[in-house]
Amino acid sequence: MEFILSTGRSIWQGEGIEAGCDSELYFDACARVEMDPDDMERLGLKENDAVKVKTRYGEVVVYAKTSTQAPHRGLIFMPFGTWANVVVQPSTECTGMPNCKCIPATTEKTDERVLGAHEAIKIYYADGEWGKRAEELKSYYDIH
Amino acid sequence: MMREIKNVPCPFCGCLCDDGVVIVDDNKIIGTRNLCRIGHQKFAHAQKGRFETPQIRKNGKLEPVSLDEAFDKSAQILANAERPLLYGWCSTSAEAIQIGCELAEACGGIIDCTATLCHGPSLLAIQDQGAPSCTLGEVMNRADLVIYWGCNPMHAHPRHMSRYSVFPRGLFRKRGRRSRTIIVVDPRRTDTAKLADLHIQIAPGSDHMLVHTFREIINSYDVTHETVAGIPADAIRETIEAMGQHQWAVLFFGMGLTQQMGKDRNIDVAIKFIHEFNKYIGTKTVLMPMRGHYNVAGSNVTICAETGHPFAVDFSRGYPRYHPGETTAMDVLYRGEVDAMLNIAANPGTSFSNRALAHLAKIPLINIEPHNQQSMQISDVVIPPAIVGVECDGTAYRMDNIPIKMKKIVDPPENSMPDTVILGEILKRVKEYV
Ligand code: SF4
Repeated sequence: MEFILSTGRSIWQGEGIEAGCDSELYFDACARVEMDPDDMERLGLKENDAVKVKTRYGEVVVYAKTSTQAPHRGLIFMPFGTWANVVVQPSTECTGMPNCKCIPATTEKTDERVLGAHEAIKIYYADGEWGKRAEELKSYYDIH
Repeated sequence: MMREIKNVPCPFCGCLCDDGVVIVDDNKIIGTRNLCRIGHQKFAHAQKGRFETPQIRKNGKLEPVSLDEAFDKSAQILANAERPLLYGWCSTSAEAIQIGCELAEACGGIIDCTATLCHGPSLLAIQDQGAPSCTLGEVMNRADLVIYWGCNPMHAHPRHMSRYSVFPRGLFRKRGRRSRTIIVVDPRRTDTAKLADLHIQIAPGSDHMLVHTFREIINSYDVTHETVAGIPADAIRETIEAMGQHQWAVLFFGMGLTQQMGKDRNIDVAIKFIHEFNKYIGTKTVLMPMRGHYNVAGSNVTICAETGHPFAVDFSRGYPRYHPGETTAMDVLYRGEVDAMLNIAANPGTSFSNRALAHLAKIPLINIEPHNQQSMQISDVVIPPAIVGVECDGTAYRMDNIPIKMKKIVDPPENSMPDTVILGEILKRVKEYV
């Protein structure tokens, strides 16, 4: 289903990052996509189901959570962090700032595993997984 | 022996609350008072999980080395690089940033701070338009209308509303919350919006349009559409009218404006709106960016004082050059231009976008960082520093550019030196190598 993806801060993300990037707190706070309760129902999602969030720039598996900042139908929210950054728009349009809000995205239920913070960095970037997928999407060289 | 240290500034967010109480027992932090849960976590976690020694990646694994070796290796990497990037600076002292500027000049690199990823666009807009602003003390004493646009202080700056803007009693606002009106503009019904008198739940991505409609109304043009940005035009007219009933208004804005399409242009129109509001309505109105990390404002102030530009300063031609879009950290990484990076007091693993990180993984990364953060996976040299505001002192600038002296609460672990010393050592060696 199609959504608009926004990323941003949450208090748990702030707390998690200070508790350590390898902490449970951080993983819980950031490896998630927050959705409107109605949207969850329409997609047949339950709390903590693994979902794949896909944009033109990448895809990442996170847990679905009912948003505490609802209602915001049609909008999904990912806390600023390792997972969200896999799918944001990296080009900056000459401002130095990537587009982190209002990105067209799709979500679907998946059986894939949610990666840990360190693991995600290793697999996506050190092992080049993000680059490979972006090339498959043919977006690596024409991301705008 | 247990000690209570009073009036400790919190080294986390741009609010820089300086009324914290930290309880220390025998050089161990055991508790805090007055701080929010993030600030508390900052102190509670500061001493845990620290690196004991510097490390260098050998055969794909980080291995402990001596301080000397780590400084040497860092200096070599920076001196041999064609276009090194010195990034971070938001959670360290202004004194360290001064040395950072010198280091960038010595190795002909780019110095950029995390503002590039938060309020960089705001700075561009402020340079274009000039912005009326104030200090947070003035907000507390005078503001009777507080607008939060595209920000969620209940989450990102938890004590902002209670310390500076909404709840405190001020000289002319004796009744605290009851003497102020709060408006929140956000596409989600955030925890901040729940506390507001009016929540404008705007359609995502249409902030620019809404501000323009505000301006149209102030400039006495007709709004011809029935709804704008998902809001009925009548409601917008009423909002402007209600805003005009106040004496002193402040607009706080956050990533909601700077991180979406339009970026600096969104702030441009917001500033124009403030100018016109001042001119035609007669309500004294100012605006202020909600700065994220505690010294991100300071990194702009310091880099500006040293080089003449607030961020993204390139020394590759021997003199400081500033060209956002060309010399900004994200762009040089995105285009694969940089061939070495030094990261200090920031966390690229959580904040860089995908393509920048993909390039960063390929180049040497020197990481001055006390804890095991994600970017350790791709770091080549790790030097653990003492944490500013906890284990060493220094100057930081609050979001309204007020300098605040950070405190030393406990002694740093052995082998962890202040950022100023680490950078000084690297600088000394870089000068020898180049
Ligand atoms: S609001 Fe910010 S500065 Fe104040 S205690 Fe919380 S994290 Fe620290």
